[in-house]
Amino acid sequence: MAIDKNEPSKLRWGELEEDDDLDFLLPPKEVTGPDENGIKKVIEYKFNEEGNKVKITTTTRVRKLAKARLSKRALERRNWEKFGDAVREDVGSRLTMVSTEEILLERPRAPGTKQEEMKVAGDSLAQLSKGGAVLMVCRTCGKKGDHWTSKCPYKDLAAPVETFVEKPATSEASAAAPGAGKGAYVPPSMRAGAERTTGSDMRRRNDENSVRVTNLSEDTREPDLHELFRPFGAVTRVYVAMDQKTGTSRGFGFVNFVNREDAQRAINKLNGYGYDNLILRVEWATPRTN
Amino acid sequence: MRPILMKGHERPLTFLKYNRDGDLLFSCAKDHTPTVWFADNGERLGTYRGHNGAVWCCDVSRDSVRLITGSADQTVKLWNVKTGAQLYTFNFGSPARSVDFSVGDKLAVITTDPFMELTSAIHVKRIARDPTEQTEESVLVIKGPQGRINRAVWGPLNRTIISAGEDAVIRIWDSETGKLLMESDKDSGHKKTITSLSKSADGSHFLTGSLDKSAQLWDARTLTRIKTYVTERPVNAVAMSPLLDHVVLGGGQDASAVTTTDHRAGKFEAKFYDKILQEEIGGVKGHFGPLNALAFNPDGKSFSSGGEDGYVRLHHFDPDYFNIKI
Repeated sequence: MAIDKNEPSKLRWGELEEDDDLDFLLPPKEVTGPDENGIKKVIEYKFNEEGNKVKITTTTRVRKLAKARLSKRALERRNWEKFGDAVREDVGSRLTMVSTEEILLERPRAPGTKQEEMKVAGDSLAQLSKGGAVLMVCRTCGKKGDHWTSKCPYKDLAAPVETFVEKPATSEASAAAPGAGKGAYVPPSMRAGAERTTGSDMRRRNDENSVRVTNLSEDTREPDLHELFRPFGAVTRVYVAMDQKTGTSRGFGFVNFVNREDAQRAINKLNGYGYDNLILRVEWATPRTN
Repeated sequence: MRPILMKGHERPLTFLKYNRDGDLLFSCAKDHTPTVWFADNGERLGTYRGHNGAVWCCDVSRDSVRLITGSADQTVKLWNVKTGAQLYTFNFGSPARSVDFSVGDKLAVITTDPFMELTSAIHVKRIARDPTEQTEESVLVIKGPQGRINRAVWGPLNRTIISAGEDAVIRIWDSETGKLLMESDKDSGHKKTITSLSKSADGSHFLTGSLDKSAQLWDARTLTRIKTYVTERPVNAVAMSPLLDHVVLGGGQDASAVTTTDHRAGKFEAKFYDKILQEEIGGVKGHFGPLNALAFNPDGKSFSSGGEDGYVRLHHFDPDYFNIKI
């Protein structure tokens, strides 16, 4: 009995109506070579234990690690067959992996100096430390070298934690009496005298203090933004959008402040600020609420 | 740099060796199977199956045809590097600790541990070109040092054999008569077991590492101490760069021996020192356990380290490594 073969409108590899005796054939392996970012895709087809056709897509990043200038004999050795335990080795074996972390030859540090101080010395502190001036650190805003704690222009930052704790007093959620009668279990968050508000309330407030930063340079990362926005106030979260393929920044990010006033000040001061050869654009993340 | 992690061994690593061309890396571990890897990308080529005990040391001939391995199962085996086939087995009365081919690969020096009534000994065996003609007989057997001999290598021009071990004394023997020619001074030398010994590329000087938290550089002809490198951890492995004047030390006390806990994992490091100034250049972290083996690629552009964690980490240096200035 002849099998009627219609032209399928969309070829689905799993449902291809082959002749019955050709069922053991698998579609050929496809290799999409390394593109400009070094991404290589290998699509293989296999039969798994239950006899079903399985499609395996392996996406790898090909990175040139080292120039191997091999002698003639070394080149011959490259083509040797595997032996011993390596005989049945397939591409998916995880014996050899490139480390996900970048490991550096860490230079030793003289005792007493901290790594951050060495980094900060590059920018604003350079002229200060060269003049032999004492490193001034303000405890409130954390900004180094500008002013002492008592002279901090951002004095209202003094106790961000306390101001935060005051707010829950106005919330009704936690004051609600536990339901279902006296003997019922009341979770600590709902007992009388509970300190915090409902979690979502806190987070929502934080997201209202979210600032969007655009026109970031390619090398900008989360610590850079944190360092840049820290002088304006306590920062709860920084995020920089990254391109997974190239590993560089997509040019924008978000900074969440604890206080709205800090966020407003940051917007005022940093919008138009030159950072790493680009002019930053700093604005409210959501349409501005009052 | 992005190290390549190779996890082929189930047990701690004991020794690493590059071949002369620098394209193959041989690793020995306590898990009975020495393994060979490609030195550029860390891909495994094969394993040598046959030993019944921890493999302590290995050496490869200059043409990368023969491999010799010394194991705790009291045998030393000769292998065909390409096929993994065993060519010959030397039997001893005690575990073999260290093996080294001579220049020209015609002789090999093998050390055996003290075991029951046997004292530690240094054996020299002739290696035949044709494995079928290989015989068991020793050209020379040297007995004498107390304690385990951890490493014995050929001196310049195969005229001498240099040995170092648990008694912290380095000895130089005549390779033809077996006479003791020189001994390192007990006061100026190491204070504790010498764990490792590594020759320079030209064989004129060598570096020893010891559990006394230091490594020392010696002249191979006169056995005078040239330099000393001090670390904070017992040294298990040493290596010298064939390209720059750098010395690398690896070691570290096992975590179980230390009472304070450190939340950072992967903090055992290979420490780089300037060979001449004796100052620390830096450290390369990453291992999860003490380092037991270090080896430099003969071209000096990469190195590998093997640890108690069973991993071999292969590092290709970044371009700025070659520009380091103290």
